[in-house]
This record gives sequence, C-alpha cells and structure tokens, in this order.
Amino acid sequence: MFAVELARGMWTTFRSMFERPVTYQYPEVKRPVRERFRGRHALKRYENGLEKCIGCALCAAACPADAIFVEASENTDAARYSPGERYASTYEINMLRCIFCGYCEDACPTEAIVLEHNYELSFTLRRQALYTREMLLDPVAAGGQPTPMAVPPGAFPRSIPVMQNPD
Amino acid sequence: MTLDWLTLAEWTIKSLILIVLLITGFAYLTLFERRVLARMQVRIGPNRAGPFGILQPVADGVKLIFKEELIPDKADKVVFVLAPVITLIPALIILAVIPFGPTVQIGGREVAMGIADDLDVGVLYIMAVASVAVYGITLAGWSSNNKYALLGGLRSSAQMVSYEIALGLSFIGPILLANSMSMRTIVESQQGWWFILVQPIGFLIFVIATVAEVNRAPFDMPEAEQELAAGYHVEYSGMKFALMFMAEYDKMIAVAAIGASLFLGGYWGPWVDQVPLLGPLYLFLKVMAILFLMIWMRATLPRLRYDRLMAFGWKVMLPLALVNVVFTAGLVLVIGG
Repeated sequence: MFAVELARGMWTTFRSMFERPVTYQYPEVKRPVRERFRGRHALKRYENGLEKCIGCALCAAACPADAIFVEASENTDAARYSPGERYASTYEINMLRCIFCGYCEDACPTEAIVLEHNYELSFTLRRQALYTREMLLDPVAAGGQPTPMAVPPGAFPRSIPVMQNPD
Repeated sequence: MTLDWLTLAEWTIKSLILIVLLITGFAYLTLFERRVLARMQVRIGPNRAGPFGILQPVADGVKLIFKEELIPDKADKVVFVLAPVITLIPALIILAVIPFGPTVQIGGREVAMGIADDLDVGVLYIMAVASVAVYGITLAGWSSNNKYALLGGLRSSAQMVSYEIALGLSFIGPILLANSMSMRTIVESQQGWWFILVQPIGFLIFVIATVAEVNRAPFDMPEAEQELAAGYHVEYSGMKFALMFMAEYDKMIAVAAIGASLFLGGYWGPWVDQVPLLGPLYLFLKVMAILFLMIWMRATLPRLRYDRLMAFGWKVMLPLALVNVVFTAGLVLVIGG
C-alpha cells in the first residue's frame, strides 16, 4: 500500500536522525587510518642516528610515476651518514606525481623508506609539493647522534651494510 | 475605526515586529532546515560559524551581498527586477491576519496580538494574497528570457493554480466549524478541541496542497534541478536571488502559521487566558512542528513526475477535498456546529 510505504520511508529518515553521524569534525577529529595505510613517506634511521638509506636509488627505479629523485654521495669516517658506502645526499619526492603505490617501500633493500599515516599533504605552490630529504627524514631517536657523525676508522667496512642496528 | 496617531504607532510597531520576525525567521529557518536535513542524512551539518552554527545565516547573507548582481542582456529588465519583489511581498503580508495571542492591556489600551487578525474575511485574504505570489514566479521565469526559467515559471504557475483549489477547499472545513472567516474567531473556537481532530483529512489535504503551493519537495517541480537547472530563478544572482529564497522560506513560515491557526488551535494552549504571553510561544511551537514536517518530507520523498503531480492534484486531491467539504457540512448540519 502506498500509505504504508510512505510511512515506512518517513520512519526511516526520522530514525536516522538519532544515529551517530558518519562524518567527522575534521580538523579537530581525524578519521583513524588503517595500519597499512599508505600516506606520506618517511626516511628511517637506525637507533644510533645513522640513516638507513644508502642512496642506491632502487626506489627511484621502482617508482611507476617517476616521482623520486636520488643523488648519492660517498660516506667518510669523518662525516658518516649511513652505515654503507654511500648515502643519499639529495632525496626528493614530488608529491604531485606520487601515486602512493608503495613500490618504493617494496624495492628498498634497507627498509629505509616507509609510507606512513600522514595524509595532510596540501600545498599552495607547485614547489611546495617537492618534499626534500630534510623534510622526509625521521628525527633522531633518543640516545642517537645526528648525522653526519664522526666514527672510528674501519667501523663500517661493508659497502652494503648488515641490516641491523649498529653499535 | 478612527485613525489617531496612537493607532498608527501601534500598527507601525506591530508591522515592524512582524517584518523583523520574518527576516530573522527566514534566516534561521534555512539553518534549521540544513541542520535537520544533515541529521537525517547522518551528517553533522553546518556548525562552524558561531556556537552551533548560529551565525551561519549571517555568513550566508554577507556572502550573497558581495556576490555579483547579474542581469541577462536580453532580459526584460524592469520585470526582472520587479519579480522578486512581487514574490516576496505576499509572503510578508500574509501573516497580518494571523493572531499571535489573545488581546492584552498595555497602559489601559487594548492591544490585539496581530495586525488584522479580526478581519472578517481573513481566510479569503489569505487565499487572495497567496495567489499573487504566483505572478512573481511566472514573471521571473518569463523576464529571464531563458528556456529553463520559462519552463520552470510555467510549471510553477500551473501547479499552484491546480493545488490552490484543493487548498481553498481544505480551508472550508475550519470555516464551517467556526462559522466565521475571521482568523481570530477560528482560533478562539478551538479552545476545547483542535479542528484537526474532526478534520484529519482536511489537514492532510492542507499539508499536501501547501507543500505544492510553496514549491517544496516532493512537489518542487518548478525547481527540478535535473531537468530545469534551477527553474524560474536560474538567472538570478546576489541579493535578488536572496529575495527569491527569502520569499520561498517566508511562504513556508506563513503557511505553517496558517495551518497551525486553522487546524492546531493557533495560539491556544494551557494557561493562555491567564498568561497571554504564552500564546506566541504555543504558536511558535506549532509552527515549528509543521515546518519540521515539511523538512522531514523533503528529506524523505523523491520528486514526483510532472504529469503524475497534475493527475494527483486534479484526480485525487480535488475530489477528496470536495467530499471532505460535503461531509463537514453534513456534520455541522446534524450536530449544529
């Protein structure tokens, strides 16, 4: 019957008035993301402060959107950035190109690049879309030293580091 | 009535109160509608401007004032500018016959709460003024020189003319029961029981016909976005658009007040005869209830197809209203009012 259907429709909308809103009061209340959500990238460090990235540019090779640019330089024992032979002296991700596929994460041999949960990537100029090494690097953990650090000669002999926390 | 300066001052003050009431009422009705619609769609709704969003209408108003006023090159400019005014004025003056409360003594002077609330052709006045509003909409559609606006305006007038008959017939029930066309007498004769109790079908016809009359969903045919862009006000912008908008919402308030007075006992409620100021409060609550019902219907029902809308108006509403009139007349004849 038409009238019954009408009443059912009206009841449905009335009932939904007392449901919890599905929208969020955005800047104050943020929608929680899933554990494996792929947001802004972060460059990780070891516990003593050395950068995990060894500047191999495999992430740039894996990137389907060609969003990553890496330039590597040699480490020395007087100014050491990473435990390997080289480190990324320039590391830029163009967020206008990045499609957040996470292939860079998969390609990284040292697990240096990780896509994290920050999705608030707005900018007003195209240049601001260029995230540099300094912006992406995680802060030094407590008890670590900032890079570049001076280390005793011969402490890091391998060109490809063992993937564990150095002493 | 002799027109001394005191009477003139009283009328001026009452008119000012009414106009200010309607302007703020329009502003806050938009907010009320947006909040209620948002809740029904399981959203939060506008709550940024001021606490609970109470400054949202102010923000909307400021935005509209600073918008560019656009008059199409090929439009009939005089009519184009005049049309929003013709639409708005009836919506504003229709409330003059609504009694807002019982007569009170202010400084030894009898002051009725209402401007022409004891007009002995009050209901006729409502019908007459409500019909003028359709001119504004038709003229707006015509003068825009735009096919969508023209179609919207024509549909609107056809729809309003069709539903006005059912609306007028639904007024007859309360008139017969109160044996008067004065709004004050109709309200006062509902002291014992509201007319909705003996006129449930009349009230139903009234609600449906008024929703069609003020062009609101599910009868918002003239504004049908999908087929007519925005209907008759497609070419309007800035404050002229705001006037159109204001007319629509003030008409909603007006018909809600008429419905409350005719069927829900107007300002009557417990203890009104002791505390006269309760009268406007009761009327306000009843008007809010009807407005909520209209917003609720908008949130629920999809738009009717135009031919079905016309068929419904002529083949269902009109016979039903006629039967209701005959039934009420018989009831009054047998029981004696």
